[in-house]
Amino acid sequence: MGTALIELSGIERIFYLGDSEVHALRHLELRIDAGDYVAVMGPSGSGKSTLLNLLGLLDHPNAGSYRLEGRDVTTLSPVEQAHVRSERIGFVFQSFHLVPRLTAAENIALPMTLAGIDPARRAKRVDQALKDYGLANRASHRPDQLSGGQRQRVAIARATIMQPAMILADEPTGNLDRATGEEVMRLLEELNARGVTLIVVTHDTALGARARRQLLMEDGELRHDTSNA
Amino acid sequence: MRAPDLIRFARDAATGNPLRTLLLVLAMAIGVAAVVVLTALGDGARRYVINEFSSLGTNLVIVLPGRSQTGGFNPGNAITSTPRDLTIDDAQALLRASAVHRVVPLAVGTSEISYGGKLREVMVAGTNTHFLEVRRLSLAQGRFLPDGDWRRGASETVIGAKIRDELFGVEPALGQLIRVGDRRFRVVGVMASTGQGLGLNTDELVIIPVSLAQAMFNSNTLFRIMIEASSREAIEAAKTQVTEIIKLRHEGEEDVTVITQDAVLATFDKLLGTLTLAVAGIAAISLAVAGILVMNVMLVSVTQRTSEIGLLKALGATGATIRAAFLTEAAMLSLAGAVLGYLLGQGAAALIRQLYPTFPAYPPDWAVVAGLGTALVTGILFGVLPARQAARLDPVQSLAKR
Ligand SMILES: Nc1ncnc2c1ncn2[C@@H]1O[C@H](COP(=O)(O)OP(=O)(O)O)[C@@H](O)[C@H]1O
Ligand SMILES: [Mg+2]
Repeated sequence: MGTALIELSGIERIFYLGDSEVHALRHLELRIDAGDYVAVMGPSGSGKSTLLNLLGLLDHPNAGSYRLEGRDVTTLSPVEQAHVRSERIGFVFQSFHLVPRLTAAENIALPMTLAGIDPARRAKRVDQALKDYGLANRASHRPDQLSGGQRQRVAIARATIMQPAMILADEPTGNLDRATGEEVMRLLEELNARGVTLIVVTHDTALGARARRQLLMEDGELRHDTSNA
Repeated sequence: MRAPDLIRFARDAATGNPLRTLLLVLAMAIGVAAVVVLTALGDGARRYVINEFSSLGTNLVIVLPGRSQTGGFNPGNAITSTPRDLTIDDAQALLRASAVHRVVPLAVGTSEISYGGKLREVMVAGTNTHFLEVRRLSLAQGRFLPDGDWRRGASETVIGAKIRDELFGVEPALGQLIRVGDRRFRVVGVMASTGQGLGLNTDELVIIPVSLAQAMFNSNTLFRIMIEASSREAIEAAKTQVTEIIKLRHEGEEDVTVITQDAVLATFDKLLGTLTLAVAGIAAISLAVAGILVMNVMLVSVTQRTSEIGLLKALGATGATIRAAFLTEAAMLSLAGAVLGYLLGQGAAALIRQLYPTFPAYPPDWAVVAGLGTALVTGILFGVLPARQAARLDPVQSLAKR
């Protein structure tokens, strides 16, 4: 066992809809090591996205504790949580979530811009990222001038530009055809190979099987936790 | 976020929705332009009146027959009662006062004039030689009435530019004899054209010695006595001395009104200044309306950009950063509107000056500063609510929005 990146214990997430309660996550116990590659699978509505949002500090549990790199992050102030998101976490979304009026380069630079990093350092890292992701000749294109695969590459470049400890990807291939999805997964796996912890939500069993570890969610509970040898 | 990045981000967001941006900038611009133009008109009116008054002559003290009850300047009261004549002797007596430099008696009436079979009704002013300098008037031809005994005076006249044109056309007027009333006068001078203004229009005036005018109108009283004080500082002293002398001559009764030009000017200055302020206030209301528009449009913008706000939060933006981004956008739109409005307003004021060259339609500095300031402050103030709303959005739900 390596060092723990994520330690969840006794996590409960309940949504209240009028009178009814939806138990999106039930007494969840989970430990993910640094550098691991985890696929979160399960039927729709089983709580996969809720888990990922929680790990990304976009959502808060109703009970339980979340330790990230040994630090209890559930008790942090909103500003401190924003800093953790900025520095330790990269998100990749199913629908890309690029800012339509910004160019590919500006979209990639956005986390650094928000963090107040100076333009010279920004430009250097963005140039490198554009090259790494085969987007060098698309730098000044806007999202609507890019293909789906290119958009997701921009999103991945954006997620990695701050050199986070982990990448959280919620159905990153959901809006892509098979071949393009393959290519995107390969990019994410390359990142993992370089030490970034990768957590991917997918309901594609073939894609999920590529991960070193599979978590199967059902009804807000962790049903199976299998590790490939 | 660094300030230049914040500004660029806000600018891109603003230009990303040109219609919304145009609407806001225009609303702000109209408000600021209204302030600039309306205050230019108000202050222009004030300056115009003051200029006109100043052109009447400086250091003026004017004596009117009749006592004004309020003691202030009130032309209505001034002419109602004339208990005792204000005579040429009264006027002459004022020369004794130490603070008085020059005295100009003025008798006014209408009469018929004729020359070469042409006949017309004119205003006749009876006065003395100092009239020209005290009223800051100038001659086009010839000379003015000569100095001499105010109670006599030669049958000489100085006529207005328009009278000259009507009676003489292209013929020379100087030296000609014209009939005024039942007397014949020799034309010795022609007034320079003054045009229409607040001051006395001499274009249609016939000027003759005061004693002859009184005889013509068969009256002993003067319409006015104009006094030029020896200096600006001496105006008050002149006023007191003049009042004293007339009172002594009128058996101790203060039956004249003595007004100073300063007092009249101050009254007009205050009146028109207040008017300008009121007009500026009304124009400022349009700025408040623009502010409310800014708020509503920004609120719509927050709703439209919900998913973007969620994304920014996921990428590590703090609430403060998001607030700053929206506030910067509101401030930029307001600033752009204010600058555009300022230019439009100045342009309109310049156009007014072009159309009416005598009207000094310049917006006062305070109004420009206040207009620009109000635009910025309202824009930012009304931007606070949308900005806070944006910062408070839940990231997960925002990201789920399409
Ligand atoms: N904001 C919310 N309000 C109410 N219910 C929610 C909310 N978000 C998720 N849920 C519910 O929680 C459960 C888990 O949702 P989710 O994590 O999105 O599932 P998955 O990603 O596995 O499809 C579902 O039943 C869903 O309806
Ligand atoms: Mg989901």
